[in-house]
Amino acid sequence: MKFAHLIWGNLMRKKLRTSLTLLTILVAFVLFGMLCAIKQALIGSVALAGADRLIVRHKVSIIQLLPISYQARMARIPGVALVAHQTWFGGIYQDPKNFFMQNPVVPEEYMAMFPEFLLPPDQMKAWQQTRTGAIVGRNTAERFHWKIGDKIPITSPIWMRKTWEFDLVGIFDGRDKGTDTTPMFFRYDYFDEVRQTQNWGQGLVGWYTIRVKDPAKAAEVAKLVDQEFENSSAETKTEPEGAFIQAWANQIGNIALIVASILAAVFFTILLVTGSTMSQAVRERIGELGVLKAIGFTNGQLLGLVLAESCLLTLLGGSIGLGVAWLIISRGDPTGGLLPMFHLATSDLVVGAGLSVALGVLTGIFPALQAMRLRVAEALRRM
Amino acid sequence: MSNPTNSGEPLVRVDGVEKVFHRGAEEIHILAQLHLEVPAGEFLALMGPSGSGKSTLLNLIGGLDRPTKGTVTIAGERVDQLSDRQLAAWRARHIGFVFQLYNLMPVLTAERNVELPLLLTHLSRAERKKHVETALAMVGLSHRAKHFPRTLSGGEQQRVGIARGIVTDPTLLLCDEPTGDLDRKAGDEILNLLQALNREHGKTIIMVTHDPHASARASRTVYLNKGQLSNVPVA
Repeated sequence: MKFAHLIWGNLMRKKLRTSLTLLTILVAFVLFGMLCAIKQALIGSVALAGADRLIVRHKVSIIQLLPISYQARMARIPGVALVAHQTWFGGIYQDPKNFFMQNPVVPEEYMAMFPEFLLPPDQMKAWQQTRTGAIVGRNTAERFHWKIGDKIPITSPIWMRKTWEFDLVGIFDGRDKGTDTTPMFFRYDYFDEVRQTQNWGQGLVGWYTIRVKDPAKAAEVAKLVDQEFENSSAETKTEPEGAFIQAWANQIGNIALIVASILAAVFFTILLVTGSTMSQAVRERIGELGVLKAIGFTNGQLLGLVLAESCLLTLLGGSIGLGVAWLIISRGDPTGGLLPMFHLATSDLVVGAGLSVALGVLTGIFPALQAMRLRVAEALRRM
Repeated sequence: MSNPTNSGEPLVRVDGVEKVFHRGAEEIHILAQLHLEVPAGEFLALMGPSGSGKSTLLNLIGGLDRPTKGTVTIAGERVDQLSDRQLAAWRARHIGFVFQLYNLMPVLTAERNVELPLLLTHLSRAERKKHVETALAMVGLSHRAKHFPRTLSGGEQQRVGIARGIVTDPTLLLCDEPTGDLDRKAGDEILNLLQALNREHGKTIIMVTHDPHASARASRTVYLNKGQLSNVPVA
């Protein structure tokens, strides 16, 4: 700490140059934060997927429906603990850009299957007692300023092409930080009843979620499920929930690789810019470094001073950049619902901080070695 | 370490020193079989024409460079045998440097510049502050402590340089043309200061200079020419 004023003084020697370099680093880290949040939104739920949950969908495509009768057959398969289903509703609230997921489910089995959705018992009871009842995640409730008791009109371009009206009976929270609290769930019996009146789509569901008794035997159970419906009119494809989410995200591309590639290009540029700044800064004060050596600073101390300077620069730029990114990201999903899990994970913040220090070391190490290897007598002549 | 003053040993003993620089295949002999002894408490002026090796000799005595041949002993310690790391620590303990162009850190105030050598000690912040105040008071610059070098005159900057040189109470003060960049009046003030440090505080000083007016303030003058020392000016 006693060298702090010397490090800070050197950093502030050329204020414009330092500010511009700082700005470059800052922008890079804002981009880092934003890309991490997008990655988190797209594939973050893979990590949160239950290891004991399997997704069963139509073998041809997720948009092909499966018979409701499959549920009882699946429940009889050895190793299956619980089965729940849901169906893509695809409704619109007021405007198509107000996107969020709404799915019809059976309340008891669905909430048992997904304990990460926390719904107060009294609201659960109200849902069970209200045929047109719906529950919504905290995120969407706050987004549209909904409160319990509100009537929520949702227009479905898929089902009946009419406006469905739901009674909001509950608002659920997420157990984990990354839990998606944007969806809305309503009762399957109400959904199917309306379909029956129109004689279209009744008795069909979108996909099933299975909880297995032993996660170690999940692959075995998945095989048994697919065998059960082999050669039927609706063959199934069963896979772990994580793989299902990953495949969903992979429709866009290999998100992690795309993000990593962009970041690698950005940070390589920053490495060159900051490295050049530090080299120039050291070259300009060869004589002063010679004086420090003359009065007794060791090679190691000079190495430390230059490294501390570069690390301070990148850490400062990185921290402000991550802070700005956090502020932007904390305002929520910028797409209006397409990225419900858009958030900056703590692990990404830690990686960002580590990256800023690593950047400081990488950009400072060569100028620092240059300073360390200076011959005093020669350096003093360059004052 | 032996005490050279008590044992009768000179504080500085340069014995049979040679210094050869290489420029490509060419060998340049700067110092040849040079002998010099400086007793503790002496104010020695080292004169000689440009390129005679004055600064090289000062660098050898100050542990900034090593001789090609011969020995350099300061206060009983063979400086030429120390490693780079040992030399750095030795310089911090024993040597105060005063440079022609002051060589102050432009990003630090006068007091922070003076404090620099103390950062290498184990002194507390309060102790360092006290030492800095004393050193600045000795050079008459207490009132300019908070000023940056760019706001100080050349004479004032050199006095800050001297304060930095003496703040650790070094065994030896080495001055390389300390008045070379100053006008006569400012130069005289610096010489008065060095003389006072020598006479009143017993500092051993070796000063390289071109200026006979400056060397006249020293208690002894030696002349360096073609790598050899003599007690009489070079013709």
